[in-house]
Amino acid sequence: MKIKISNGRVIDPANASDSVQDLFVADGKIAAIGQVPADFTPERTIDAHGLIVCPGLIDLAARLREPGFEYRATLESEMDAAMAGGVTSLAIPPDTDPPLDEPGLVEMLCHRAKKLNRAHVYPVGALTIGLKGERLSEMAELVDSGCVAFSQSNVPVVDNAVLMRALQYAATFDFRVWLQPLAPFLSRGGFAHDGEVASRLGLPGIPTAAETVALYTYLQLAKVTGARLHITRLSSAEGLGLIEQARSEGMDITCDVSINHLHLCDRDIGYFDANCHLVPPLRSERDRDALRRGLIDGRINALCSDHTPVDDDGKLAPFSESEPGATGLELLLPLTLKWARESGLELVQALARVTSDPARIVGIRKAGHLAPGARADLCLFDPEEVHRISRTGLRSQGKNTPFLGLEMPGRVRYTLVEGQVMFGDSVQ
Amino acid sequence: MRNPQLDKNGGLQHLLTLDGLPREILVEILDNAAPFTEVAEREVKKLPLLRGKSIFNLFFENSTRTRTTFEIAAKRLSADVVNLNVSTSSTAKGESLLDTIDNLCAMQADMFVVRHAASGAPFLIARHLYEQGRDDIHVINAGDGRHAHPTQGLLDMYTIRHYKGDFTKLSVAIVGDVLHSRVARSQICALVTLGVPEIRVIGPKTLLPTEIEKMGVRVFHDMREGLRDVDVIMMLRLQNERMNGALLPTPQEFYKVWGLTGEKLEYARPDAIVMHPGPMNRGVEIDSAVADGAQAVILPQVTFGIAVRMAVMSMLAS
Repeated sequence: MKIKISNGRVIDPANASDSVQDLFVADGKIAAIGQVPADFTPERTIDAHGLIVCPGLIDLAARLREPGFEYRATLESEMDAAMAGGVTSLAIPPDTDPPLDEPGLVEMLCHRAKKLNRAHVYPVGALTIGLKGERLSEMAELVDSGCVAFSQSNVPVVDNAVLMRALQYAATFDFRVWLQPLAPFLSRGGFAHDGEVASRLGLPGIPTAAETVALYTYLQLAKVTGARLHITRLSSAEGLGLIEQARSEGMDITCDVSINHLHLCDRDIGYFDANCHLVPPLRSERDRDALRRGLIDGRINALCSDHTPVDDDGKLAPFSESEPGATGLELLLPLTLKWARESGLELVQALARVTSDPARIVGIRKAGHLAPGARADLCLFDPEEVHRISRTGLRSQGKNTPFLGLEMPGRVRYTLVEGQVMFGDSVQ
Repeated sequence: MRNPQLDKNGGLQHLLTLDGLPREILVEILDNAAPFTEVAEREVKKLPLLRGKSIFNLFFENSTRTRTTFEIAAKRLSADVVNLNVSTSSTAKGESLLDTIDNLCAMQADMFVVRHAASGAPFLIARHLYEQGRDDIHVINAGDGRHAHPTQGLLDMYTIRHYKGDFTKLSVAIVGDVLHSRVARSQICALVTLGVPEIRVIGPKTLLPTEIEKMGVRVFHDMREGLRDVDVIMMLRLQNERMNGALLPTPQEFYKVWGLTGEKLEYARPDAIVMHPGPMNRGVEIDSAVADGAQAVILPQVTFGIAVRMAVMSMLAS
């Protein structure tokens, strides 16, 4: 199928380009930008006047809940959500049930996703069997099955000797390891940032030290093992400080933050809003502001949705007894735009954090940019259209988000995956 | 954000916490409690204010004492009281908190008195009732996790007012395990609202919440320094399971450093009163000689507690 996307404002963060152009798609790839290629007769033309045309978003953490948690969400429902959110590549954390610790499981997931033919999935394998932190998973086999990295999701390894061996083993193959900085004992039994709000509400706290102590450990172990480390879901100013310090000593290390931690802080818990029960916890205003600055100047490399659909019953419980997590695939773009607007950031810079930058972290070369020959994974959105986040509007099976009822900028009009319109208005 | 414990006219819909409760309502509860103390001294200790109303004592966490005081308060107002020890019934069978509430609503409940081990549980119930349009049903928080125990806080304020009068000239010390104490949090909120100029908390760093000073208190670790010239001493209960371990080495050491003895009491003003929410651990947080001494007002607290709970119930039902 040959498609001409005419008159859109084409933004390609990878090349820092931003201009009104026509974009031509053929055979699932980007054929050209600006100049019409020779012998190009479009079978379809999409009028993108007033729209922004950018690479489809790449999300570093999207839980599709399969296998094991189909009552919370299914591949179908969450792929729909991804398409409606303009997200075309998803890194899948291994915290399914059973966890992604076996090549067969990963193959099954990839096969199911491929059959649905929507977003591309990039499974992140379990670093240890069952995420138990005891035995190493078959990393080489898992990579052959499609895993792009290894992680413990938010189940920290308790035994540092095992963690060190896991990092060494991964480093043998130069595999990427993604770790969430959460010290097991310091975070145990806590539900909110250990600070004024948790103290007032009587919620057992998780101190910032749970993040910094884990980071000290991870950074030291990465240094001695030579593992390629990516730090997921930073939550504190101090944590970011430690990463900067490690970089100043020459370490090559990347990190990301979630949309929730970019926009919210512990005060948003209000009267025990279970939608604000997240891992890691929402920290103070000062932490949030530091994370925002870090994402602006690139000290934080990527923004992700940390998509975690939870069923209503999982949230209809007292704060500490509720399931943690928030749905996010459909909020990633609006919250990127909101952050850009509030920070006075150019769109081309802001969109880099959800396209070209996460592409580098996952190791995706064929997407996340708009060079001719790249996969035609595209997101076309109206940056001016404001919409309200509502339960009925969300396609994700999880309606759990602290942003329910709020107005957001940016409405996705079309999502293309490998040159096929997977979301959007009828053919023009 | 809608204040979940007030109705649309700013009146009391539920009593969930003293944090953010308007001063006028707080004082009104104390004022309304005064005449109820006299009811207890009559031969017939009953008023018809809640006749025909059904009050459910919903205790998801065991507590004989608090449940009994609510039961007595409700019965003195002629309400029908149903005691449900939920910790041993439906939730053990897997029923959710809100399923339990829906079932009891279908039994025409007028009021829930709720105790729950999780902070915020009564807020969840209040929000659920609001979403169901059941503004005819009221919730009283009888203690949620570490968060709040508003009727205890109110009865403590009633006691202080009874013995000391003007709040705006007082120095008050709260001693012991503030970290795990819903009582301490409710006391602090009420004292701040009532304009007490000096509120102190005294205890080891392991038992004081992070940034507690932001609630409007001064932090002391030394008992003698903290008790100096205070008018009111509010002791907190130390739970057995916290006495040996990572928070405290032994109850003996706690008693030595933070236990209220006659010698330490001398640092307070000579007319200072000593309070305790009960049940007391004699020889751990308080010496028997002090607990039974002339300055202790621990038993009057219990008596006032019933009057205060009668005041809250009658205000909610009216």
